[in-house]
Amino acid sequence: MSIVEDYVARIEETCGEERDFVVMFKYDKKDEAITKILEKATIKKSISRIIFELTFRNISFRLYGTGKAIFRNLKDNDELKKILCDLLL
Amino acid sequence: MLDPYKIREDFPILKRKINNHPLIYFDSAATSQKPRQVIEAIKEFYEKHNANVHRAVHTLSQEASELYENAHEEVAKFINANGMEEIIFVRGTTEAINLVAYAWGLRNLKREDEVLVTLMEHHSNIVPWENLSKINGFQVKYAEVKDDGTLNYEAFENAISDKTKIVCLPHVSNVTGVINDVKRVVKMAHECGSLVLVDGAQSVPHLPVDVKDLDIDFLAFSGHKMLGPTGIGVLYGKRRVLEEMEPFHGGGEMIREVTFDTITRRCSISWNDLPWKFEAGTPNTCGGVGLMAAVKYLKDVGMENVKAHEETLTGYVMHLVQECKKVRIHGPKDASVKCGIIPFGVDGLGSHDVALFLDGYGIMIRSGFHCAQPLHEKFKLKSSARVSFYVYNTREEIHRFVDVLKETERF
Repeated sequence: MSIVEDYVARIEETCGEERDFVVMFKYDKKDEAITKILEKATIKKSISRIIFELTFRNISFRLYGTGKAIFRNLKDNDELKKILCDLLL
Repeated sequence: MLDPYKIREDFPILKRKINNHPLIYFDSAATSQKPRQVIEAIKEFYEKHNANVHRAVHTLSQEASELYENAHEEVAKFINANGMEEIIFVRGTTEAINLVAYAWGLRNLKREDEVLVTLMEHHSNIVPWENLSKINGFQVKYAEVKDDGTLNYEAFENAISDKTKIVCLPHVSNVTGVINDVKRVVKMAHECGSLVLVDGAQSVPHLPVDVKDLDIDFLAFSGHKMLGPTGIGVLYGKRRVLEEMEPFHGGGEMIREVTFDTITRRCSISWNDLPWKFEAGTPNTCGGVGLMAAVKYLKDVGMENVKAHEETLTGYVMHLVQECKKVRIHGPKDASVKCGIIPFGVDGLGSHDVALFLDGYGIMIRSGFHCAQPLHEKFKLKSSARVSFYVYNTREEIHRFVDVLKETERF
């Protein structure tokens, strides 16, 4: 999981019925993280590199050009970290 | 009239760029930005006057004490209280409400009593009462909200009875911005012999509030939402009610005497005068000084001007978003019945998606429940996005916001 620590600055579990996880990548690593994620995940939709709707192993999530990502319908933080680990390796 | 362009010159943070775009701060309902007058007041206090208050005879302590007392007086004048005896400095609105719940409610609410709150309450005006009801056994009742987000006054009237010992309501909803008719509620409550606690977190910073005219018993509000620093807030209480109350926290400052009886081997304690009876320990002196600077700033701007400015901006958003096919405004559409708070959703996007998208353009908004989950459940909303305005926001920023909002519709 140390790869996650290399790239991720913070993970926030949001309030609201959806209980989304917002992942904030480290400022100096965000471009690298975005490139890696875009190489591995499939782009479903995007608006001029500001927002991408992606899928990876049947999990859909949104990635933002500002270096943030939002994941939904995950069981818990551990599942999120596992996905992030696979995306960022 | 208020000139937001002149005002913006006082706010250093508004010169920032976020994600390569000029910062547009539309999250003032969460916390406001601070003018240099407040920042300077804090800096000057620590550079020139810092000492503990009401404890020492030296010059610095005297200066700090005078500043801290003046801060109470300024706040008293700002809300037309009778004097600083009615102004208790606390950490914020949440602590102010907890003070009332535990210092008044713990001793006065019995099993057969009722506390009446509304469904549009911030969690900070629900949780202390629900927690206390588990100790004292009283019932917490919830007054209904209409589908348009306004308070159902008829249901409210029906819910009040001689069992009701305290009625709690927000002056302005932190979700919809709806301004409640506090005077109407106070009349109903007082006729039944109930006290009234008003959550003024979203009203005191945005419109003129006169506690004598409203005839409320308690008013709670936060400094950080009205251009002041974090960690300082206010509980106003009618002097008569505060005098009858026992203290909340115990410690230094709040006592007059602690004498030890050598025979019973117990201490006998008498309380200090108001407001110090409720301010145990070394207070947030610098926070008080910062709050005083914020109050002076708002008085110079004029609270009628603040209200008018926000109403104009709110009306402007309501007009412009009509061009957005996927944007849904929640709550009343009439800007004159609300403060500068607008909750909304975008079809096909979650509230956090909307907030993250706008963040990419340097526009800061809030998303989620805004600490008001029951109201979201009432509206059957999973969450909402929220923009909120203040003295430094402009029409150009709203244009930019709506333009970016239109971009989300492409998604």
